[in-house]
Amino acid sequence: MHSNVDSQAPRSLKLAASAGLLFLHLPIMLIFVYAFTTEEKSYQWPPPGFTLKWLAVTWDRPDVWQALKLSVGVASLSTIVALLLGTLCAAAISRSKFFGRETISLLVILPIALPGIITGIALRSAFNLAEIPFSMWTIVLGHATFCVVVVYNNAVARFRRTSASLIDASMDLGADGFQTFRYVILPNIGTALLAGGMLAFALSFDEVIVTTFTAGQQQTLPIWMLEELVRPRQRPVTNVVAMVVVLVTFLPILAAYYITREGHRTGGQSR
Amino acid sequence: MTDAVLLSKVCRHYGSVKAVDGIDLAIGEGEFFALLGPSGSGKTTCLRLIAGFDSPTSGHIEIFGESVDGVPPYRRNVNTVFQDYALFPHLSVIDNVAYGMMVRGASKSERLAAAEHALEMIRLPGYGTRRPAELSGGQRQRVALARAIVNKPKVLLLDEPLGALDLRLREQMQEELKTLQKNLGITFVFVTHDQGEALSMADRIAIFNEGTIIQVGRPEDIYRRPNTRFVADFVGSSNVIPVEFAGLSSQHQWASLRPEAIRIVETGGKQARVVSLNYLGNSTRIALDVEGTRLHALVSSYQPLPDEGDKISVDWDPDDVRVMEGE
Amino acid sequence: MVDGALAITPGRGGIFGRSSDAIWRNPKMFLFLLLLPPLLWLGVVYIGSLLALLVQSFFSIDEFTGLVKREFTLKTYRELLHPANLDIIVRTVSTAVVVTLSAAVVAFPIAYYAARYARGRWKAVFYLGIMLPLWSSYLVKIYAWKLILAKEGILNWLFAQLHLTWLLDAVLAIPIIGGNSLSVSYLGTCIVFLYVWLPFMILPLQASLERVPVNLLEASSDLGAEPVKTFRYVILPLAMPGLIAGSIFTFSLTLGDYIIPQIIGSSRLFIGQAVYAHQGTAGNIPLAAAFTVVPIVVMGFYLWMAKRQGAFDAL
Repeated sequence: MHSNVDSQAPRSLKLAASAGLLFLHLPIMLIFVYAFTTEEKSYQWPPPGFTLKWLAVTWDRPDVWQALKLSVGVASLSTIVALLLGTLCAAAISRSKFFGRETISLLVILPIALPGIITGIALRSAFNLAEIPFSMWTIVLGHATFCVVVVYNNAVARFRRTSASLIDASMDLGADGFQTFRYVILPNIGTALLAGGMLAFALSFDEVIVTTFTAGQQQTLPIWMLEELVRPRQRPVTNVVAMVVVLVTFLPILAAYYITREGHRTGGQSR
Repeated sequence: MTDAVLLSKVCRHYGSVKAVDGIDLAIGEGEFFALLGPSGSGKTTCLRLIAGFDSPTSGHIEIFGESVDGVPPYRRNVNTVFQDYALFPHLSVIDNVAYGMMVRGASKSERLAAAEHALEMIRLPGYGTRRPAELSGGQRQRVALARAIVNKPKVLLLDEPLGALDLRLREQMQEELKTLQKNLGITFVFVTHDQGEALSMADRIAIFNEGTIIQVGRPEDIYRRPNTRFVADFVGSSNVIPVEFAGLSSQHQWASLRPEAIRIVETGGKQARVVSLNYLGNSTRIALDVEGTRLHALVSSYQPLPDEGDKISVDWDPDDVRVMEGE
Repeated sequence: MVDGALAITPGRGGIFGRSSDAIWRNPKMFLFLLLLPPLLWLGVVYIGSLLALLVQSFFSIDEFTGLVKREFTLKTYRELLHPANLDIIVRTVSTAVVVTLSAAVVAFPIAYYAARYARGRWKAVFYLGIMLPLWSSYLVKIYAWKLILAKEGILNWLFAQLHLTWLLDAVLAIPIIGGNSLSVSYLGTCIVFLYVWLPFMILPLQASLERVPVNLLEASSDLGAEPVKTFRYVILPLAMPGLIAGSIFTFSLTLGDYIIPQIIGSSRLFIGQAVYAHQGTAGNIPLAAAFTVVPIVVMGFYLWMAKRQGAFDAL
């Protein structure tokens, strides 16, 4: 228990903390305002008027749909690969102590610790050397590389909280390795994998730096946005797409948060 | 008659660490057998080897005459009650208890009936729908027990089964376990570091130290005739006295004498000076100086007690002096 | 008596039963099988690509044909030391320093409040309040700042409303950091960097502050330390591992970024842009590779320093 005297924050700290949070959130909120502006050519503030017109215009743009479709496809595939590799790694690391496990953790974290541009250019020149043509698959390859870490982190944390004797207990009661996986391991790490997978999806869906290096002519949604930022064609459409992207990435993150929080609670009780 | 569990020359080494180092042990059918020793003495490793969670580096294990070398735990008809209970947190109590029958392919009605019966046996009827997290420590312990015995194992292994319970509950569970074992007739092998638990529950005890078994015997043998100084110290407390002092001749140097074996007598015996008294409730511990040798005696508090500095006479039955091997 | 069940159940048989038995008998083999796919992917494909890139930095480009000469030379690295290239490196590294320091200052109150005072519902609000900006789209965040910093945008409007336009103009008139408008100034670049990487500083900082026991602060004030001294001698040293961990992120991310300076800022290049330009249109992979070595070396040095300071022990 901490003392009552100190449980109230000083006013200056409160002010600085809330100013910091506002600094983090106001810019994103601004996106929602601009998506409905009637101004077409500039970023004029305050907006001269509001309209829903651009939602309809964006809806009818085939290039946006195509980019969205590619992004969803890439993110789904990368998530599947990341789930597989991340879980395998986490299982190996947490089930046994072997020489080199530190190295393996480092290896998993490296793609996200190194600046994206290094991962990007390294993969690009490797594809060139190996004469692999750029396609959706090369994008997936790049994305999966740095998505592994989020699945891995979630899974390792859950494995750590799942008592090792549960697996012993299952085998003791007559379940072989596969039955133990199905009836004990999977239900216990399931939500962690779901959360990790959602974060991986969000990460991949949003990625632009590595993608610019591993994509050929294909445009993912972020690449489409980057194009618009560098060479604006129709600003109001970009505004609407930006808003949609914010909404699409918020949902899995909120969901992942609630799922893991639930996991924390039951996990904590069984201790 | 075949032994329920037979270990011959079993070793389990982890690199240079010899967790279990050359154990020979035979546990009879229907026995309540305790593996007793300090932590790190190899008793839990030994249990894990019998269960099959770990494999011996060398040596052989047989269960009811069948070799289990290379047989995975899920094919051994042996069940374990884990120290942390290891109840599946995602399953309800009834599904936990029915797990073993479920993975073996029993029908739903069959396994639910058996699980409910097991819950009645451990006096938790109607708790089936709860989650393990909603149970108290003692209740979880019973569920873990039910989950194991519902499979009718040939041998039941218990790893420090009462370690996490408070004293009162522990004493109650000791009795229940004993009754349960008698009713079921299953061989129980249980690991404990608590000598009182081992003495009160087990038919026979194996004392572990540093990966080897020091002594095997019935509780009263172990207690009254410890074969080494380690056993004498670990099981209860003991006066370690030179063999000559006890008036014996042996090639060994030391003998043990239990404090409660020392009696205060009116006449005869040895002259002793009372150094200090330590009141423990039902008994009193008296430090004595007997011809220059320090001895502790444990006597009932319900008798006239001497004062500090008094000169008294003490005596003991020569049978209670036990010559010990080793240093 | 127990019924006549056997001590050993026969195997389940079938492919699953048999392979399960095999796995149990060879735990090392099983571990190897678990690790094989991730090791192939990350250890061979990814590390292989990185090494291949590193090797290429020791090649050079033939000035006449424009093709890569595959023989060992340090020529490309000498090229890196040209004043123009050196300028890029110095600009990028000093930006990373500025961004890291300002991120630490802005992050501290948020992290401290979240760690020390936020309870229950507010804890969740703070957590999501940091996680959502962290995970929300990188490009959208940059785009939002383009909207904010534009000449006709909200910030200029705000300054005008407060009759402070003269102040903004004065700041923009400062050489190097100023420019025509905020969105094409170095100052603008730094603000956006700060904004985008701020959550990466808050999270580790908050984690390390959460491990500071409250009674330690009470002990300090009990011993007569005023709040400033408690901060200086108790909180700051204990928060150091978090600060260093956070700075690793902000530093590394700034070093490698090429999109923010491209969209918001002056036309002067950063390392990332140079890499992008050299590997792309110029086709000078060796020089691009040599440029990527700079952040790797800087980060390696940084991590080494952090390790020497014992930052990893506390993490």
